[in-house]
Amino acid sequence: MMNSTIANCTIHIFLALVMPPLLLGVIGKTKAAFAGRVGAPFLQPYHDILRLLRKGTVFSTTTSWVFRAGPIVALATTAVASLLIPFGAHSSPISFTGDMILYAYLFALGRFFTMLAALDTGSSFEGMGSAREATYSCLAEPTLFFALITLSRLSGSYSLSNMLVNISFGVWLNNGAALLLLVGGMFVVLLAENCRIPFDDPNTHLELTMIHEVMVLDHSGPAFAIIQYAAALKLFVLGAFFVHLALPYATGNPYLDWGLFIISMLELAVVIGIVESVMARLRLIRVPQLLVAATILAAFSTLLVIR
Amino acid sequence: MFFALQGILDPGLMVLVAAIVVGCAGVPGLFLKKPGTGQAFAAVATILATLAGVAASMQLLFSYTTITYVLEWNLPFGPCELVIDPLSAFFMLPVFLVSAAGSLFALGYWPSAEHRTTERGLTFFYGLLASSMAILLMARNGVFFIMLWEVMALSAYFLLVTEHESNDVRRAGIVYLIATHTGTAALFVYFSLLAAQTGSFLLPAAGSLSALSPFATIIALSAFIGFGAKAGIMPLHIWLPSAHANAPSHVSALMSGVMLKMGLYGIFRTLTYFYDPPLLWGAVLTVTGITSALFGIAFAVAQRDMKRLLACSSIENIGIITTGIGVALLGVSSHNTTLVYLGMAGALLHILNHSFFKPLLFLGAGAIIHATGTREMNLMGGLGKGMPRVALLFMIGSVAICGIPPLNGFVSEFLLYLGFFKQLKADSLVYLVLLAPLLALVGGLAVIAFSKLFSSVFLGTPRSPAAAHSHEAGLTILVPMAFFALICLLIGIAPQLGLHLVSPAITSFYPKLASTELSVEYGAILGRLSLSGALLLAVAVVAMFLWRWRLGKSPVTSAPTWGCGYKRGTARMQYGASSFSELAVSVFNGIIRQRIGRPKLTGLFPGAAHCSEVPTETILERIIVPLFTIAGVSFAFLRRLQHGQMHLYMLYVFVTLFILMLWAH
Repeated sequence: MMNSTIANCTIHIFLALVMPPLLLGVIGKTKAAFAGRVGAPFLQPYHDILRLLRKGTVFSTTTSWVFRAGPIVALATTAVASLLIPFGAHSSPISFTGDMILYAYLFALGRFFTMLAALDTGSSFEGMGSAREATYSCLAEPTLFFALITLSRLSGSYSLSNMLVNISFGVWLNNGAALLLLVGGMFVVLLAENCRIPFDDPNTHLELTMIHEVMVLDHSGPAFAIIQYAAALKLFVLGAFFVHLALPYATGNPYLDWGLFIISMLELAVVIGIVESVMARLRLIRVPQLLVAATILAAFSTLLVIR
Repeated sequence: MFFALQGILDPGLMVLVAAIVVGCAGVPGLFLKKPGTGQAFAAVATILATLAGVAASMQLLFSYTTITYVLEWNLPFGPCELVIDPLSAFFMLPVFLVSAAGSLFALGYWPSAEHRTTERGLTFFYGLLASSMAILLMARNGVFFIMLWEVMALSAYFLLVTEHESNDVRRAGIVYLIATHTGTAALFVYFSLLAAQTGSFLLPAAGSLSALSPFATIIALSAFIGFGAKAGIMPLHIWLPSAHANAPSHVSALMSGVMLKMGLYGIFRTLTYFYDPPLLWGAVLTVTGITSALFGIAFAVAQRDMKRLLACSSIENIGIITTGIGVALLGVSSHNTTLVYLGMAGALLHILNHSFFKPLLFLGAGAIIHATGTREMNLMGGLGKGMPRVALLFMIGSVAICGIPPLNGFVSEFLLYLGFFKQLKADSLVYLVLLAPLLALVGGLAVIAFSKLFSSVFLGTPRSPAAAHSHEAGLTILVPMAFFALICLLIGIAPQLGLHLVSPAITSFYPKLASTELSVEYGAILGRLSLSGALLLAVAVVAMFLWRWRLGKSPVTSAPTWGCGYKRGTARMQYGASSFSELAVSVFNGIIRQRIGRPKLTGLFPGAAHCSEVPTETILERIIVPLFTIAGVSFAFLRRLQHGQMHLYMLYVFVTLFILMLWAH
């Protein structure tokens, strides 16, 4: 028993450390396939991060310690959040009553520092990015909490591990409507929080229209590598949450379950790639409307389970 | 340490003496000729009294004892009891700590050498305000209570109008005076009805009244209006933003950090009288609480004046606390001890937390005003370079007030969230869980408000010459701030300590919670939270060292911020405070109702234009002022009674008394 816990923790931490950039590679490859290109190799994001780690750094003369703290805090918060979320059918290394609240607020801490680091440069573009990030994530916050309430009600538990591992096809059969609404709402949050199309386009060439990428314009070298990795990890962590809802496979065999988890995450990356290929970025004034719609979806699912 | 004192001094007496010393601390300064001596004396006396007062309060708190004194007086209102129970002792802590920190801060912020004319009065009333609040917490005679309440309200008024040459300050003073006396009028009703119920002016003992009697509802309502107006619960908050903004900063700290809590103390105390509060009371508190939180922080997002933003955030925090009290009361009515415990623990701990991080931020705002001479955030920027220590401490306060881990604000909100989530398994009132997403929205807005505040003040490049020449604050300013920041860190990293502090007060509010089961259970959960916070710090430290190691291996250069192709960026082109919040304001404008004046651009080459965004005080400007105007017109005939002739005023008093005596016979 003890050994299997240690093994699971090790695999959990190993996956969180190694796998996130692969998702970006898969998304890129999917988009390339849709565009009829060969695309960059799957492992390209790893190469990018390693190369950035070797590069020199340029600090803006306007910046202070806040600018330097931004990437570090973003990484630390996402890393701790990755320890709270269960991967596949295995419970997470850290789990206690109320850990879902810590999970939600860790992202707030990371965001707070990322925004301040952007504003520290005094660039109006980065200011725009932070203002958008602040507003959109504030609107996305209630959606996550409605989802947590629904999950807590369905599982009768107050900890992320039990809540998410509890979801199975049986739960889907009984509460299909609620879970379907939740999947819709949480997919919107997943895309919005990770700044994917239709909310933000990580590949755009116009700083005026960007959100996350414009906030990190002035970061370079190892700091930028940290940011890239933290962003990939955030996608991975929120993705793992979403995969529990949408693809609740479990076999009972621990090793098979790990394999299933990895496959589900890759499937998710393909889906995100498809969404990015077939959709255009929304006009900025439409974004709040979509976020509020997602909140209402999640609120409906909550009402369905607590009535 | 605290228990060593037991043999030497009676702790209750020590608290009383400390409170009186604080009240008299400013008196010598009134008569001393040499500037500065009186102020320094006041600071030293207040700090020494605080050391004694806090130690004694802690001892009373942790020994769960109640001490009673009877003050001999010749007034016909029955015996004047002074009682310190754990609830009083708990509220005593912020009174002493904030007043001591503020009086030390005043030495650097309002030095006697520069403000000779105002300093004496300021120092005197500062002590008086703190002292009246400390004694108020002990007063158990309704008449004595209301006397102290007036001393508190009026000394706060005199502190507020310190800079009375300014129009804004005088206007803020008038609004405050009207609001506080409306509240006092409600308290007259409250204490008279209580006296009619119990037959004496002594406040009723805990659990001695039934809430089902017809008077109980009126008592509760008048308490809600009277105490709620002081606490700043919406819609009774109208005096709060301008009063906090226009007072000297250490006064704002004391008002926001402590005086608002006196209103909450009154509500707590009132609720202890009744053993069977109906669901409606809890529901009213919960709804007004969450509305205050949401609207308060939405208004904060729109502010341009740094201290007004902080004041609006006080409304938010009071709202969060009131929500906690409300759900705890709902727990009492529905016999759900978990809900009582979590609501109470969250509310009380948030009271304590707010009285640490809000003074920290107000003192920080004072340091900023001292350095730049303005409160307008759009004129600041880049202060982090000139005053890095203030920036760091202000950052700690901002993270704490947003309720973000690993600082103390998160801990109290965490307890409230747990209370909401636990309702999912409760027998009744399951819908209370819907408060969780609302509180999350409040948290998200708080992040917008405080990232706006911090960034527009400390980050980027200076937007005005005053901001460019900022200087680091002196020790007397930094030490009180650092003290509060340390407590915020301490409760954040070791939240069990916070729970330990509030436990006695919870028990005195709801004696059925005397069993330790719940506090052990939630203490353990907070222990896990504390480990996670430590892990977070550890990961951050490791990441920082790894990054610095990589940084050392590669060339590091500095260059101007990348202008995205624009060569001539100026400081005015930065995203300022108003531009940062514009998007959020546009989303929440249904609540905020900002007045936006945009120029019409005509022709191919439009000339210079002016754009303004002015946040509205919706309730004051749209409801209260029109109502008062109508009242002023329709009661104009009463003005004939007010003619400035002293002897006729005395005649009024005499005639009123005579009529009352006739009526009594």
